[in-house]
Parts: sequence; structure tokens; C-alpha cells
Amino acid sequence: MQLDAIDKQIINTLQEGFPITEQPFSEVAGQLGLDESELIARLERLLADKTLTRFGPMYQAERLGGAFTLVGMSVREDDFDRVVEIVNSFPEVAHNYEREHHFNMWFVIATENPKHIDAILTEIELDSGYSCYNMPKQDEYFVGLKLAV
Amino acid sequence: MQALKEDKVSMLDETDRRIILATQDGLPLERRPYEAVARKLDISAEEVMQRLRRMSDDGIIRRIAAVPNHYRLGYTANGMSVWNVPDEHVEALGKQVGALDFVSHCYRRPRHLPAWPYNLFAMVHAGSREEALEKVDEIARLLGENDRGHDVLFSRRILKKTGMRLTP
Repeated sequence: MQLDAIDKQIINTLQEGFPITEQPFSEVAGQLGLDESELIARLERLLADKTLTRFGPMYQAERLGGAFTLVGMSVREDDFDRVVEIVNSFPEVAHNYEREHHFNMWFVIATENPKHIDAILTEIELDSGYSCYNMPKQDEYFVGLKLAV
Repeated sequence: MQALKEDKVSMLDETDRRIILATQDGLPLERRPYEAVARKLDISAEEVMQRLRRMSDDGIIRRIAAVPNHYRLGYTANGMSVWNVPDEHVEALGKQVGALDFVSHCYRRPRHLPAWPYNLFAMVHAGSREEALEKVDEIARLLGENDRGHDVLFSRRILKKTGMRLTP
């Protein structure tokens, strides 16, 4: 995958936002000095080759009546795989990362019912034998990507 | 008060939910994408656009945008930097850190003393670990004496990634 100057311009522009108008691609293409169909074709390719993970409205789960939380765990290396299996078995666990730290497992719970969070954490603690450090966000200062390419 | 609360809950009606379900995987790549969504839901394009605008104004939609894959763009070192800053300054400091162009997410989260003293999280993206650490130093300089201790947690592997789904 090689990105040319036009691809980069498209990525940078569309990270910022996309208009809600009848023919939004035409509008953005005009700003970039491109043709509407070329913009659409390039966007298709960038999504197909996974340079972009998605394109569309970014919904905020908390505002949909759901809830998110980040949870950290400190798991013994030789016990790690067993705990991964327990944690990942919950459909509400949306992301799970191994990180290089004493706190080596970090996962996000996303659920439509905020009351489920405590129940899931209790169940994980009982099944795994490790503590879950619940770190829900208390305030948000910036979310977004400004990755220049 | 009760009425206000209910208003908040009922902010999303059935049509909003149908629009969310139809677009949470992405917008159709057609000349008139909102019309394409409208056709599928058997409502007018104008209504889809109006509702999307309202959800954007209400913060239900953060924005309509493309989300790049950091790894593919060469940002292979992604570190979660965590900071212990005084609670009385966390908001002002968080805004300054969040405004840095290499920070994608910046949140306040609870400490769990003594094991976890950090209350400010900032995701740092860079092309190499060395570069990421330089950026963390930049945050440390910005925080100055308000940096009461920090750490960086680099990801070793993705164990799961499915994302939040709204179920029909």
C-alpha cells in the first residue's frame, strides 16, 4: 500500500469531518480539486486496504444511554492466557490490549446498560482470581485523531 | 426534574435508532449517501439529514469522519501515557495536553491508591518508541512541577477488538 499525495490529502481532510448535505462527496471533492467519482473510488480503496478503519458517523456510546469503562489488571505472565480467555468471553468487552507494564491487561467494557459493568467486573474477579481496577472516564479533554500523513 | 430526566432518555426515538443501526458500520459510498440511508429506512433524505444534524448538535455523534488505521499510517508506537497531576489543576492541564497534535485521547480517570496513582491519561502516537518517549518528555515539560510522576504503557498485542455495537 503506497499512499500518494491525493490519498494523504483525503485522509487529512476527512479526519476532520464530513458535511451533512445532499451531495457531500461533491462538496469535499470540490475543496480538494478532485472529481466526485475519483474521491469516492479512492475512499473505497482506502477502506478496502484498511488504511481507514471506518468512514461515517462516530457515535458516542455514553450518549446512547450506554456506558464505557476502562479496566486495568495485573496478571501473572504464566496465567495470562487463562485470564484473556475469561475476559474476552464477555461480549461487552469491546477492546482488550496487552501492555508492557506491571498492569499488563487493559480492556474496555461497552454496554447499553451501565448497571452491567459492576456485575461483569465481579464475575471476572471471581473467575480469574485477580482484581479489576475500574477506571471510568471522569472527564474528557480531547478525543480525535489529528494524525497528519 | 423528573420530566427533564425523561426528556433526556427519550432524546432518541425509534427512527434515530434505525438511523444509528443503518450507519454504525459506515456511510454508503454513493453520491447521495444520506438519500441511500433514507431509501433503506423508507423515510426522506431530508429527515435523515435533519436527525443526523440534531444528533451532532447534541453530541450523540462526535463527528462524521474517516478513522485512519494508525499502524498503516506508520504510527506504529502507541503509548498510553499516564500522569499524576494535582486534582485541582487536572482540567486545565488536561485541555493543554489534549491540544497537542500527537495526543488522540485525553481523559481524567480515578486513581486507585497505592497501586495506581495516575489520574490523567493521554494516548501518544508516534513512528517509533524513541519518538513516542520524546513526545512524553514534551508533555512532562508542559506539565512542569504539576507532573508528580508518570509512566508510559506501550501495547504489546491486541487481545480483542470488536468495538461498541448497538444491537437491533
